[in-house]
Amino acid sequence: MAERLAVKKTYKLYVGGKFPRSESGRSYEVTDAKGRFLANAAWASRKDARDAVVAARKAVPGWSGATAYNRGQVLYRVAEVMEGRHAQFTDEVAAGEGVARAKASALVDEAIDRWVWYAGWADKIAQVVGSSNPVAGPYFDFSVPEPTGVVALLAPQRSSLLGLVSVLAPALVGGNTTVLLASAERPLPAITLSEVLATSDVPGGVVNVLTGTLSDTAPILAAHMDVNAVDLAGAAGDAELATSLELAAADNLKRVVRAPAAEPDWLAEPGLERVTAYLETKTVWHPVGV
Amino acid sequence: MTKFEYAPAPESRAIVDIQSSYGLFVNGEFVDPVDGSMFKSVNPATEEVLAEIAAAGADDVDKAVQAARRAYERTWSRLSGRDRGKYLFRIARIIQERARELAVLESIDNGKPIRESRDVDIPLVAAHFFYYAGWADKLSWAGAGPDPKPYGVAAQVIPWNFPLLMLAWKIAPALAAGNTVVLKPAETTPLTALLFAEICQQADLPPGVVNILTGAGDTGRALVEHPGVDKVAFTGSTEVGKQIARSVAGTAKKATLELGGKAANIVFDDAPIDQAVEGIVNGIFFNQGHVCCAGSRLLVQESVYDDVLDRLKRRLGTLRVGDPLDKNTDIGAINSAEQLARIRELSEVGEAEGAERWSPECELPERGFWFPPTVFTGVSQAHRIAREEIFGPVLSVLTFRTPAEAVEKANNTPFGLSAGVWTDKGSRILWMAQQLRAGVVWANTFNRFDPTSPFGGYKESGYGREGGRHGLLAYLKGEH
Repeated sequence: MAERLAVKKTYKLYVGGKFPRSESGRSYEVTDAKGRFLANAAWASRKDARDAVVAARKAVPGWSGATAYNRGQVLYRVAEVMEGRHAQFTDEVAAGEGVARAKASALVDEAIDRWVWYAGWADKIAQVVGSSNPVAGPYFDFSVPEPTGVVALLAPQRSSLLGLVSVLAPALVGGNTTVLLASAERPLPAITLSEVLATSDVPGGVVNVLTGTLSDTAPILAAHMDVNAVDLAGAAGDAELATSLELAAADNLKRVVRAPAAEPDWLAEPGLERVTAYLETKTVWHPVGV
Repeated sequence: MTKFEYAPAPESRAIVDIQSSYGLFVNGEFVDPVDGSMFKSVNPATEEVLAEIAAAGADDVDKAVQAARRAYERTWSRLSGRDRGKYLFRIARIIQERARELAVLESIDNGKPIRESRDVDIPLVAAHFFYYAGWADKLSWAGAGPDPKPYGVAAQVIPWNFPLLMLAWKIAPALAAGNTVVLKPAETTPLTALLFAEICQQADLPPGVVNILTGAGDTGRALVEHPGVDKVAFTGSTEVGKQIARSVAGTAKKATLELGGKAANIVFDDAPIDQAVEGIVNGIFFNQGHVCCAGSRLLVQESVYDDVLDRLKRRLGTLRVGDPLDKNTDIGAINSAEQLARIRELSEVGEAEGAERWSPECELPERGFWFPPTVFTGVSQAHRIAREEIFGPVLSVLTFRTPAEAVEKANNTPFGLSAGVWTDKGSRILWMAQQLRAGVVWANTFNRFDPTSPFGGYKESGYGREGGRHGLLAYLKGEH
């Protein structure tokens, strides 16, 4: 019997809970680590980036207003649904990153576990970074963390799944919505992850995934006046680009997570820096009296 | 209601000894500028020249940064947290000992009423040093990981509205965390910072740990852009804040910015109106409205609008504008001719755009820089006086019907520093506090400050916090 002809997937953008192609009609070729054709991915335009920001802004009230318990459950659910696609992620990571299947599988394990780790933070972070402030007067005074709003994330270029989850989950757990630009050369796990998000309980618009080039999309996101923060992880090693993005981000004083000189080892245990980077501290005063 | 008559009750200025000229404070000594020039600091209430002040040039900045670096490497970073704390406790004590002198000098140089410098600014300055002194040997408990590190040399640039208090907000946490500093006070209010330098000498603070460079914007820019600086902290305008964010782009420098605001002070119909009126007055007329978190947009629920406006106007008729050193004065002098021109310009724009201007009858002194308390009614959200920071005693009044409309209007600004809510309903206070996109929400109070209480903005009001444990983190490298 002849071998069955596989049905190949069209890899699209993920914006506002839907999977559009790029409005520009453009796509670009994605290859594996050895240069063999894998897929044509959507090549996001500036307009796609702006649409994604609009979708993310629209999702802010719902996601930031959800209870911390609920956000934790939703993130945990992402891990559950990812687990069911473990093999697919492993294939994509192995092909894109050029690592052995066993290594790729371990990276997928870690990516799933990272969701679980961050999920648990949802209803704890406020207790760790918030405070009751003993002011010298008859006032009750407390400080609470709140999400900054819309966060643009340049996902790491090399670590296509674990690195991506490591920049995405910390932005989400605090109640921010996101526009994520996937690794330019290794975008497939990001698109598969968006399918996971669409079929888990993450509301549409909370995560928007763009594929394409850094040079097309990153400057738009960094300069966008309705974006509150930006993670430049995907510009690691490109100091010139990172500086230009940081300059653009200053126009509305975005909170910036700077690009490192080289992409870090994402297997290292994460800290809270990326969670707190997108949290504002709100201090509330009220008089005490009878 | 008529104004009570008071006999003048001026605070004696004999306690302060202002020198005819001041140098820069570098490496523990007052020195003449190497490549700088001299400028004059004036008393804004009289336009009298107080002293000649050195404007530090690029070489002076370089010397100060080098002194701070040497002090960081050789002394301050090697000192135990306990000893750093003891120096800060010493400084706090000397500030208390010399409180009257500092308060009088602050009022002379800044124009703020002695009642405020004596009862608010200087006590808070001492409290800040006490608070952060206690942190110096407890850094591993600050939430920045088990072994947090200072950045190194901090460049700090502060404004003229609370000269010594802003110095305390900057220097106390920086030193507690183990950094050394080069601080530039505002060009119109350098005198208390220079007196603080003398206090550092009295406290035997090691040379170079604190350096004070006087000067204007050029000095500040040279300082912030100096490659030997590891950390930048700035309080001032959003415009300059953005320039600083750009200037640190692509460097390893960490910046915290505390910038402008256009706070909404929201009065609901169930609020205790007399208390709310006091809060409105305190919100916008405290310190002549030279307050980044001033409640400059009053949002009143329509049903109590007439009542609130009547009582507000009556109350404003009792405010005493005049001699900052008079203990009865409520509103002092505008800090500079330049600021006065800006307030006048925006007020004229307010009228031209169609808002109605009102001020109580009040006699203003002939010399000096003065502006009467001013209220604009019939203000729309599109008016410049509702959008731009005036930084003066000018209140814009808008109305709303529903809580949702109040939130919408309050948040309709690129700023996000502070907000006020007046209502008797507990659940509404907490709901409003959640909805307002501002770093500080004062409910049934306004303009309260405390060293334990984190202060700072959302959106274009800047980033980072000052005060409390959060304020310490701005000066610590580590995980947070």
